[in-house]
Amino acid sequence: MSAMRVTQADLVPLARGAAVLGGGGGGDPHIGRLLAERALAQHGEVDVVPVESVPADACVLPIAMMGAPTVMVEKIPSVDQIATALETLARYLGRTPTHVACMEAGGVNSTVPFVAAARLGLPLIDGDAMGRAFPELQMVLPTLGGIQATPMSIVDEKGNKGVLDTIDNHWAERLARSATIDMGCATIVSLYAMTGAQVRDNFVPGTLSLCLDLGRTIERARAEHHDPVRAVADRLGGRVLHTGKVLDVARRTATGFARGEAIVEGLGDQKGSRMVLHFQNEHLLAELDGQLLVTSPDLIVVLDTDTGEPVTTEALRYGHRVSVVSAPCDERWHSPAGIELVGPRYFGYEVDPVRFDGSTSAA
Amino acid sequence: MRIGIDVGGTNTDAVLVDGTTVLAGAKAATTQDVTSGIVTALDSLQAQRPFDPAGVGAVMIGTTHFVNALIEARRLAPTAALRLGLPATSSLPPMVDWPSRLVDAIAGRAYLAHGGHEFDGRHITELDEDELRRHAGDMIAHGVRTVAISSVFSPVNAEFELRAAEILTEELGPDVAISLSHEIGRIGLLERENATIINAALRELATTIVDGLADSVAGHGIAAPLYLSQNDGTLMDVDYARRYPVSTFASGPTNSMRGAAILSGFQTCAVVDVGGTTSDVGVLTNGFPREATTEVTVAGIRTNFRMPDVLSIGIGGGSLVRATAGGVTVGPDSVGYRLTELARVFGGDTLTATDVAVASGRADIGDRSRVADLDPAFVAAALERIGADVADAVERMRTSSEPLPVVAVGGGSILLPDELPGCGTVHRPEHFAVANAIGAAIAQVGGVVDRIYSIAPGARDTVVDEARQEAVDRAVAAGADPSTVAVADFDEVPIPYLPGNATRIRCKAVGDLRMEQQ
Repeated sequence: MSAMRVTQADLVPLARGAAVLGGGGGGDPHIGRLLAERALAQHGEVDVVPVESVPADACVLPIAMMGAPTVMVEKIPSVDQIATALETLARYLGRTPTHVACMEAGGVNSTVPFVAAARLGLPLIDGDAMGRAFPELQMVLPTLGGIQATPMSIVDEKGNKGVLDTIDNHWAERLARSATIDMGCATIVSLYAMTGAQVRDNFVPGTLSLCLDLGRTIERARAEHHDPVRAVADRLGGRVLHTGKVLDVARRTATGFARGEAIVEGLGDQKGSRMVLHFQNEHLLAELDGQLLVTSPDLIVVLDTDTGEPVTTEALRYGHRVSVVSAPCDERWHSPAGIELVGPRYFGYEVDPVRFDGSTSAA
Repeated sequence: MRIGIDVGGTNTDAVLVDGTTVLAGAKAATTQDVTSGIVTALDSLQAQRPFDPAGVGAVMIGTTHFVNALIEARRLAPTAALRLGLPATSSLPPMVDWPSRLVDAIAGRAYLAHGGHEFDGRHITELDEDELRRHAGDMIAHGVRTVAISSVFSPVNAEFELRAAEILTEELGPDVAISLSHEIGRIGLLERENATIINAALRELATTIVDGLADSVAGHGIAAPLYLSQNDGTLMDVDYARRYPVSTFASGPTNSMRGAAILSGFQTCAVVDVGGTTSDVGVLTNGFPREATTEVTVAGIRTNFRMPDVLSIGIGGGSLVRATAGGVTVGPDSVGYRLTELARVFGGDTLTATDVAVASGRADIGDRSRVADLDPAFVAAALERIGADVADAVERMRTSSEPLPVVAVGGGSILLPDELPGCGTVHRPEHFAVANAIGAAIAQVGGVVDRIYSIAPGARDTVVDEARQEAVDRAVAAGADPSTVAVADFDEVPIPYLPGNATRIRCKAVGDLRMEQQ
């Protein structure tokens, strides 16, 4: 893999691919894309470098938006707010950052690091800490690798800045969440400061170029009248589980997070069978006619059947024709510690994890 | 009696209705000034069925004039967009995602100022009145004649938009029109702001057109109040229309669907409008079109108007019919408006869907002998293809497994079979050619609430009741008869990643227009 230069024109397919990896969550990347376009227009294009090219002693600062994407579409973060988060952490650490990194390739957090990288003139690492989207900040591979989330910076658009130094990554999530709510529910955080060597050991490599490639794959399939859903499944090494029409979406708010179920009634070959998707922010379980087909941490992606456009859990609605794709996540998520962190039981479902292909073997 | 008028891009239709009974319908060519086309249509109505102008209780007009003005970028006023939210939002200033052609057409000027709210109603920063007065000075210097004001989370709290409007009116004088985003759109700053700027740019044109409409109706001795149709199928009075021209943008398809429903007697149904090039499928629930939940792009600008959810497929009277190795195909390409010269039955040599319908005996137009040579099996296969594709579109728009009646309107509806596979009987009402004007004539009055609520434990019922009551109050304020107002639509969605059971509630109440006794 070699470095690539990401231009404004690349951001549309990249954001679309990021919504695929979002697995129904992670927020609509539209605002993030507009911000990144703006930052690239003002500050120049961004060099995206492969994980293996990062020097072992590099000072890597990952960055992400924390809070509610629904708030972000109203109270839009600024380019400076994003850059400030990174600068605040660098100042606290007393280090000069050499690289920007992405925490979460799924959803809006795929584009936020481009804003920081363009504004600060730093290269961005082609990879992320999850390979998908998850709702809490300790849910990253570096947690499994023993990397501390803190010291972390947290910055709002008003100019408030904070630094947290916590005893573990769950505490980082808890305190940062409280601060985020008081700060107005759309903060920018920089956390999991790492060396280049740590990034190589703890990142999912190549996920930003995967986003770009997924977006282009969907566009190409549409243009050539191929099945975009199949194209996405093939690109992810996954399978198409179901095609049908959303018959019912039930949402309720439990323990602060939106929990919901969507029923997808089969069409065509799948007529007569019925899929139930259990989602909170992301899709977490998929059952077909009562049989559990796949669970978190593997990826469950809902796509518009005709266009291949990824559908977020918020946008799921009655009558929507959708296809459901399952795909493998990074293998490290299937370790016992990984399952404890992001497996179905963590989200309150009393079932054992099932992989994208229906197998149940542990790592 | 009421009069419904639809001013489309090509035709101006008028109907005289009593209750839901159509007494007369007329068509005239739409004119550049709009008004003379209406005058012609009203004359024709009077000629068909003489009526006493004093007996008309209300006149309802649906028009695509304003959306066309935006698309053609003509007669738009020099506009300023003022956003309250600093220091938030500064990286994406107003009109950042607009085509530059349209920014130029409205001589658009963007201003950022302090203010705005958090999702829970706290202030981001306080309003800076001196800053607003400085911006006003710059607007005067640049000849701005209309202003759009948006404030972060104004759907949660509109106080800053209202105060900023007062200040700008003091500085700019009463002749500068001001449009406020919380009255126009929902959550989603850029989309709501875009709709507000479009509205602002159309305000001068709206005054001219609405005055013209009023004059042309008054010219016929009709003293009844005048209303315009909105995107969601409800009515607004002329004062409101002068202030919110953007609310008319999608009234065309809405009126067509509602007219079809009234003519057929179904309150909940699928409406298939078959034209020359496409078939448009929409769904009515309790008499109102289901709204699109995604952003709608108008003239290249992303907005979040309340637009009906319409699925268009490439099958119409002019669709090309071909035999291929994979079977018979119909559309999506079409001869369009040249049907009457290119289709076989009209003397041309292009095989269209209309030719196939004539060959099968479903329709009898043009010269039937020119399609007598078609293989009956081929004709049957083509019609089956049309039926299957339209049935598929209806199926896609369906939201429940309940049976959904299908109503067909439009000149191309002769293509449809009497039974659609999986959908049952196709209902074909009379007067379908003037369904738009009928839809305008029977429109009701509504009020909408769309807001994020932070629901305390145990307080859900109270919050829901408040939202419903506010929607009802808004409907009554808009002119609905209180005794007829009911909640027509209610939607409650918990918002992901937000604490405190933040829930977005959307509620619409509608009622019959309060009619003055004539």
